[in-house]
Amino acid sequence: MTEPIVSIRNVSKKFSGGVIAVDNISFDIDQNEFFALLGPSGCGKTTLLRMISGLETPTSGQIMIGGEDMALTPPNKRPTNMVFQSYAVFPHMTVEQNVAYGLKVTGVAPDEIKRLVAEGLEMVKLTHLAERRPDQMSGGQRQRVALARALVKRPKVLLLDEPLSALDAKLRDDMRMELTRLQETVGITFIIVTHDQDEALSMASRIAVMEKGAVQQIATPVELYEHPKNRFVADFIGKVNLIDATVTGQKGKAITCDAKGLGKVELTSASQVGSAIAIAVRPEKLKIGKTEPKSDRILKLQGKVRDVAYYGDTSHVVIEGKDGLDLSVNVQNESREGGSGVERGQKVWVHWAPEDSIVLTE
Amino acid sequence: MESWKENRNVFWTFAAPGTFWLLAFFIIPLGFLFFMSFGEKAVIDGQVSITEIDISGTLSNYLRAFDPVFLKIIWKSIWVSALATALCLATAYPIAFGICFAPPKWKPLLLLLVILPFWINLLIRTYALIAVFRKQGYVNSVLGWVGLGPFDMLNNDFAVITGLVYVYMPFMVLPLYATIERLDRSFLEASLDLGASQFQTFMKVTVPLTMPGIISGIILVFIPCLGSFLTPDLLGGTDSQMIGNVIERQFKSANDWPFGAALSFLLMYATFGALALRWLFSRNSKGVDV
Repeated sequence: MTEPIVSIRNVSKKFSGGVIAVDNISFDIDQNEFFALLGPSGCGKTTLLRMISGLETPTSGQIMIGGEDMALTPPNKRPTNMVFQSYAVFPHMTVEQNVAYGLKVTGVAPDEIKRLVAEGLEMVKLTHLAERRPDQMSGGQRQRVALARALVKRPKVLLLDEPLSALDAKLRDDMRMELTRLQETVGITFIIVTHDQDEALSMASRIAVMEKGAVQQIATPVELYEHPKNRFVADFIGKVNLIDATVTGQKGKAITCDAKGLGKVELTSASQVGSAIAIAVRPEKLKIGKTEPKSDRILKLQGKVRDVAYYGDTSHVVIEGKDGLDLSVNVQNESREGGSGVERGQKVWVHWAPEDSIVLTE
Repeated sequence: MESWKENRNVFWTFAAPGTFWLLAFFIIPLGFLFFMSFGEKAVIDGQVSITEIDISGTLSNYLRAFDPVFLKIIWKSIWVSALATALCLATAYPIAFGICFAPPKWKPLLLLLVILPFWINLLIRTYALIAVFRKQGYVNSVLGWVGLGPFDMLNNDFAVITGLVYVYMPFMVLPLYATIERLDRSFLEASLDLGASQFQTFMKVTVPLTMPGIISGIILVFIPCLGSFLTPDLLGGTDSQMIGNVIERQFKSANDWPFGAALSFLLMYATFGALALRWLFSRNSKGVDV
């Protein structure tokens, strides 16, 4: 096994106001990963990124980069470079000067600077704008400058703070693919901070979900989506129906539980009898039928359609069941006529396979 | 009644008091002086009049200003002002920087400390400086404790420059503070992140981006320094008089208003030159504008 490129050990950050931004976090990031720090605003993800870059100092704990303790290394001596949320492209320099800045200040030979800058501009497709000043450029172009400026430094780790949040939707999709492509070509570890789960799911190889300064779960996108560890992760990543239940019986790995709006159901889990659990199921895993499904094995309930929202490719249907249980169902609009096939007020059956249920104990 | 939305001319009403003020107390008196600078003392009944001035269109006043005696004083005024401005900048930049990076609750107090001297009359402050710098003054008595001095710190160029730096410091601190405060910190962080040292960051990012504030400060300090007469009068020696003193003397003891007016206008043209320089700089600068 290769050594992790970034190793975060028991890192905490307490701000002067007494706010604990990062609370005793430990994890490793491997060589060449596209790692995402995902969480709602104020969860400490940006603070953690800034601590890796050296712009912020941990109150306690240790940050290792490439096997070296970074405690006494100032930001200008660290093998990391950052793409700032505001891009921070120097307004008094041309694009070329911006990209060359980091090389110039560290005394790289002029010929070498020229070659590297040309290469960097080529990489982000800005060669034709080399002489431009940042105030004559769009947000997307400025971001490319910031990206090139950081990448020409050949850092061991590239840090990106909310890189896509200021771009419009179309540009964001392009940039998302661009970032993935760049990461593959340059072979540098990327750490990206984002509050957008789609961004993290589509780009990252691994994601750390953070909340209130703590890491809730670290896993691959598929793992996070299909096997969330707790209610927060299940709810934060994608949409989910959470059904409260109490375990009433256990036999081996099978449990019986009493679920709100569903009654008695059998599931696979290792929960204790009497414990409160949540059954989580993703909206796209649910099926809608007009008649009661025959199988006994599946989970099912009858309800009334309360709302249908049409999104073109899918329709989001909300079904009102018993005991105040509402279920969201995503229906693929497979044919051009008829849409989701259900109307508001209609009585329908909702059903899903037990293996599509995620049993959450925390 | 007409609506302001339809008749925009009503806005001229608001401009009237300001226009009147500028006309009555600035443009018209300045016009008088301008004409006076092309005049000479009237000769009535073969005697040179004390009060009457003949606007004869003569250029003799301007020509007289280029007499080596006055050129020397003008040159001295320029370098004394330039040195005072440079010292002001060197002192004010760290002060402004310090205030910007101070904890937010300290900022108002620190800014107040910068402005505080304005609450005391300039004359009193200048006399206070004399008390500090004279032979038996505070500085010399402190130096005396460690066996140094006493030094002659009054009635020379050192005293004039110190006095000017002290008096005009706030005019340098305030525009600098305004620009540094608005400077996005992420530029400085980006520079550090890209491998620049603190010093490189300061020289290559902070200074260029705060250049408009620096230039405003220089203009705000240099121009009044050039025209100052109280400070060199009280703190300076016989050889440290500045052009302001010469002008003052023409209007008072020498009673030569036409020559005083000519000198005033020459000083004003020099000021315009400085402002043109500022315009040239700011046109090429991409920093935070004030």
